[in-house]
Amino acid sequence: MKFDTPATTNPIDKLKVVGQPTDRIEGPLKVSGTAAYAYERHDVEPKAAYGYVVGAEIAKGRVGSMDLSRAKSAPGVITIVTAQNAGPLGKGNYNTAKLLGGPQIDHYHQALALVVAETFEQARAAAHLVEITYVGEAGEFDLAKAKDGSKPKPINGSPPDSKVGDFASAFAAAPVQVDATYTTPDHAHAMMEPHATIAAWRGDELVLWTSNQMIDWSRGDLAKTLGIPKEKVRLNSQFVGGGFGGKLFIRADAVLAALGARAARRPVKVALQRPLMINNTTHRPATIQRVRLGAARDGTLTAIAHESWSGDLPGGKPDSAVHQTRMLYAAANRMTATRLAVLDLPESNAMRAPGEATGHMALEVAMDELAEKLGMDPVELRIRNDTQVVPDGASEQGSAPKRPFSQRQLVECLRTGADRFGWSARNPRPGQTRDGQWLVGMGMAAAYRGAPTTKSAARVRLDTTGVVIVETDMTDIGTGSYTIIGQTAAEMMGVPLASVRVRLGDSLFPVSAGSGGQWGAASSTAGVFAACVKLREAVAQKLGFDPEKTTFADGQVRSGNRSAPLAQAARAGELVAEDQIEFGDLSKTYQHSTFGAHYVEVGVDPFTAEVRIRRMLAVCAAGRILNPKAARSQVIGAMTMGAGSALMEDLIVDKRVGFFINHDLASYEVPVHADIPHQEVIFLDETDPTTSPMKAKGVGELGICGVSAAVANAIYNASGVRVRDYPITLDKLLASMPLRA
Amino acid sequence: MSAAHEFEVSRRGVLVVGASAAAAAAAAPAAAQGQGAEPPVIAKVSLEVNGKRRALELDTRTTLLDALREHLHLTGSKKGCDHGQCGACTVIVDGRRINACLTLAVMHEGAKVTTIEGLGQPGALHPMQAAFVKHDGFQCGYCTPGQICSAVAVLNEIKAGVPSHVSGDITAAPQVSVDELRERMSGNICRCGAYSNIVEAITEVAGRTA
Amino acid sequence: MRAFSYERARTPQDASIAVARTPEAKFIAGGTNLLDLMKLEIERPRHLIDVNGLGFDKIETTQDGGLRIGALVRNTDLAAHERVRRDYGVLSRALVSGASGQLRNKATTAGNLLQRTRCPYFYDPAQPCNKREPGSGCGALQGINRQHAVIGASQACIATHPSDMAVAMRVLDATVETLAPDGKTRSIPIADFHRLPGDTPHLETNLAHGELITAVTLPRPIGGAQIYRKVRDRASYAFALVSVAAIVQPDGSGRVAFGGVAHKPWRVEAAEPAMSRGAKAVSERAFTGAKATEQNAFKLPLAERTLAAVLAEARA
Repeated sequence: MKFDTPATTNPIDKLKVVGQPTDRIEGPLKVSGTAAYAYERHDVEPKAAYGYVVGAEIAKGRVGSMDLSRAKSAPGVITIVTAQNAGPLGKGNYNTAKLLGGPQIDHYHQALALVVAETFEQARAAAHLVEITYVGEAGEFDLAKAKDGSKPKPINGSPPDSKVGDFASAFAAAPVQVDATYTTPDHAHAMMEPHATIAAWRGDELVLWTSNQMIDWSRGDLAKTLGIPKEKVRLNSQFVGGGFGGKLFIRADAVLAALGARAARRPVKVALQRPLMINNTTHRPATIQRVRLGAARDGTLTAIAHESWSGDLPGGKPDSAVHQTRMLYAAANRMTATRLAVLDLPESNAMRAPGEATGHMALEVAMDELAEKLGMDPVELRIRNDTQVVPDGASEQGSAPKRPFSQRQLVECLRTGADRFGWSARNPRPGQTRDGQWLVGMGMAAAYRGAPTTKSAARVRLDTTGVVIVETDMTDIGTGSYTIIGQTAAEMMGVPLASVRVRLGDSLFPVSAGSGGQWGAASSTAGVFAACVKLREAVAQKLGFDPEKTTFADGQVRSGNRSAPLAQAARAGELVAEDQIEFGDLSKTYQHSTFGAHYVEVGVDPFTAEVRIRRMLAVCAAGRILNPKAARSQVIGAMTMGAGSALMEDLIVDKRVGFFINHDLASYEVPVHADIPHQEVIFLDETDPTTSPMKAKGVGELGICGVSAAVANAIYNASGVRVRDYPITLDKLLASMPLRA
Repeated sequence: MSAAHEFEVSRRGVLVVGASAAAAAAAAPAAAQGQGAEPPVIAKVSLEVNGKRRALELDTRTTLLDALREHLHLTGSKKGCDHGQCGACTVIVDGRRINACLTLAVMHEGAKVTTIEGLGQPGALHPMQAAFVKHDGFQCGYCTPGQICSAVAVLNEIKAGVPSHVSGDITAAPQVSVDELRERMSGNICRCGAYSNIVEAITEVAGRTA
Repeated sequence: MRAFSYERARTPQDASIAVARTPEAKFIAGGTNLLDLMKLEIERPRHLIDVNGLGFDKIETTQDGGLRIGALVRNTDLAAHERVRRDYGVLSRALVSGASGQLRNKATTAGNLLQRTRCPYFYDPAQPCNKREPGSGCGALQGINRQHAVIGASQACIATHPSDMAVAMRVLDATVETLAPDGKTRSIPIADFHRLPGDTPHLETNLAHGELITAVTLPRPIGGAQIYRKVRDRASYAFALVSVAAIVQPDGSGRVAFGGVAHKPWRVEAAEPAMSRGAKAVSERAFTGAKATEQNAFKLPLAERTLAAVLAEARA
């Protein structure tokens, strides 16, 4: 199905199943421990051997020597895979650094060997007996230093730089200016399930049970890495214990399990050890961002500039922190610039809302600073500068500058949020509000994230008992894919959700959009919609109904005054339909985006400068919400991650050695229960017929955009201390908070 | 950036030979001190897991978590970090919640172990499991068994009068409150960020069982 | 983790002798710290002696009205004990501010005293650490040291002791009871139990090899407002940046010990007469000779301000 004209009324609009806050259909499996994740597939490979990864202990250089003799002779050891004995290996399209290093070493904890043994305990012990000497090379690990040698790099296929009007003159002439530099540190995905794989060779075919967000990308990349045809690789990720972008690609566990299984001639299972994961895998890169805002005294922005620097290994990509600045506020004169420095730290890559997550941390604090300089309410400042057309058109693939947003309810988000949060009670003068001991403050931020859609296919079966079975390689990484796909099929086929089975995450199934970039929900359900349209035709045909006039409801198929139970169509044999949704030019005609507003209240301890978040509210306008319960969870989860970025998350670089020193879950602190208050989420009523037949967008990434800035702004309002260097830990507040007796 | 800074380090990071070697002093790496690979020591242990007696012969190094996951194939208890830093492996042993990753199976001879599988199964869920489904107290599901085992134990700890960091009067009997629940559940990390919903699920169950 | 043999000790004496016999044997009780480190081969015992069955799990009133806490009493049970809550509130508070509920259910009184540092260079076997590999250097000294010691450190080591409980024990003047392989018992005042790093940061306590902690005793309660205030980067399940254990009497006199600032719980008795004059006066004396790095310099004002918060709470 080609989607190239705005959707009209379709069966989804009935909203009998879609749009309902249904419990997750896989929920009972997850809460009872019966949902099996990659490493747990005893059902398919009960006799797998165990692999343990040996990581490089320098950041850059090469292996001087590697002595495997003691490890090889250790009890239970079956084989040891290294670059020397693995045979020629390619590199996946989506990987920057090689997943098996040696002799060259590109980053700390890059995998150098996999020790395979009969038991986990034996593999782990033998891994410690691998003796490696290194020849180290000096590397660059300091973004602030490497910044000067950085180069322009495109972001998301857009040019690195954008220019409208004459920023320099307009900024110079602006009566009110903000010119501030913000820094954000490297962040770890720190998903709860480590990267894990069981690999088995069936002749020349490779089967992997793995934890992955993008089945088809990864299938291709694994084939490319191993030098085998893509058709010979099967991937299964039926449950994924979190990804946040860290599992968009194959990682060392997948490649090493495959190589280990080949060498051991039996299935091998590998889970990356947690203390290895942070330096071995990818992370969100640190940024340095300079934001300049020029405004008239009435708050009208006349000049906006946003420049961002980040670093990555050679051949890597920049953080696209300037992206939302091309979209959010009107101003006649504007510029953005993206620069990439070469760093020898582990690979930078996508993490939840790559670009916008960091970008809002700068832009939306700068807006707060501007509001203060103007003596204007921060909400009103944002409303004053709203636009219904893309203000920075030049950045969007050369399309016309006056391209409209298909839907843009930013102002409604801001107003609804202000009203519901009690924003009017905020004292704009910082450091004035007390609640008992605590200094209390409120902060807010706008939220922007694109709503991309991408090709997605599905197969739908009507079995002989009338059960509808959906198959697609879409993954559910906690996003709710199982449920919304089930809801889509139920709505389309006119059956209750209980009559639908959803099978996901297997490369045997049609290729879906996968989980990433906030495109998954809208795209994958649209693919299911397309397949269901075909199945409906097949059913009608089978029953001898006119497909044009056939309706599906309550398990019945009706046409005119004729009707039949749905199951009857498959009585003689299962009906199968497969189709994909392909998106035309609507996303060029319209800018598809999601908008939101975050409101946060914090307390700051006047003695210790400890910060506690007291209240959080998000208002989102993100198209049709397919399942308000699951969507709300996406948003509160993103708010939690944003709270972490604001307050504690910080991969600390030892710039002498070149690695993240806090490489475990005790030292890389993410929010715990005690950090997070009750969270409120409001979804504005919105359907967007230009995005997909589902009229939906995504929310999983919108939810993190702006949260950290809202926290930062609340801290400022509470304490009067503006910290521009994230995370806002108490040591950065303390010096500027004189102890009041 | 220059390659003149070459140095050599051993796998233990201490042996320095190279030309312009860094500051570390020379010392024999621990791994090279002649200890080879000792054969595993196998020990017998018998556990009562979810009401069933299970006799095992295990490498002494086997954690309770790996005994459950790899030997008994009870994979509901998760390995998130294997170092007591995330809580995904939480199980209830002799009535108390512990991190199964930081204890040896052989140390639990005769112990009664309750895992998530033992609390309830689809169709017959434990009230806490059902409340997690109802309140969407999870997303990816990986921390969920640990959260639920912890939550069940937390309500018992409050009932038993165990104080917490946020208990106002440390001598008084603690009460169920959202602050108490948040503090007591803090050893269970949920990176998907379902905390707000989890607290609602536990609060509902606490109200029901109070 | 190297293979190890395992035995359950039958008597304390057997346990002590068994460890003394081999330099590569260790006691295991809660195991929450030891197993963590064994997985990384930072601890590499070849033999483990499980002392959990030795019966040191009771809390008893001593003749002088103090408390004798068995070495194996779990952190949860100690924190929840009625007398501890009533008479030694600072200890109960310190315990429940540490680790997580799960860990406190396993961790023991003795094991908590023997916790090893959380310095990231100690935890990464590829990095130099004089504590882990004597003579290999200190990665933290010129590296990342925001969490590290501001006083009592040396050129060999600037690690901190991670325990909360030990800080409270220090302010309570606890005594560590031990049994040596030769059958001799001794009582070590908590002040003399932990060592400063000096040139031998791998030696963290004054216990001899094979010496087994049997109990920790507390003197009779001294009343007062007992407060433990822990400051950290997240609200729970994190190690202290700074902590303060204080006992403040109605007349403003009192005692104070600091956590997160040194290689051992930090208490300077000579500073305590200044308690009634406020946090600044106490901190100036308690931290005389402090040497902070650029990254951890904030700990000194933080310690003072945390104490100020504690004193304000005590007054309230």
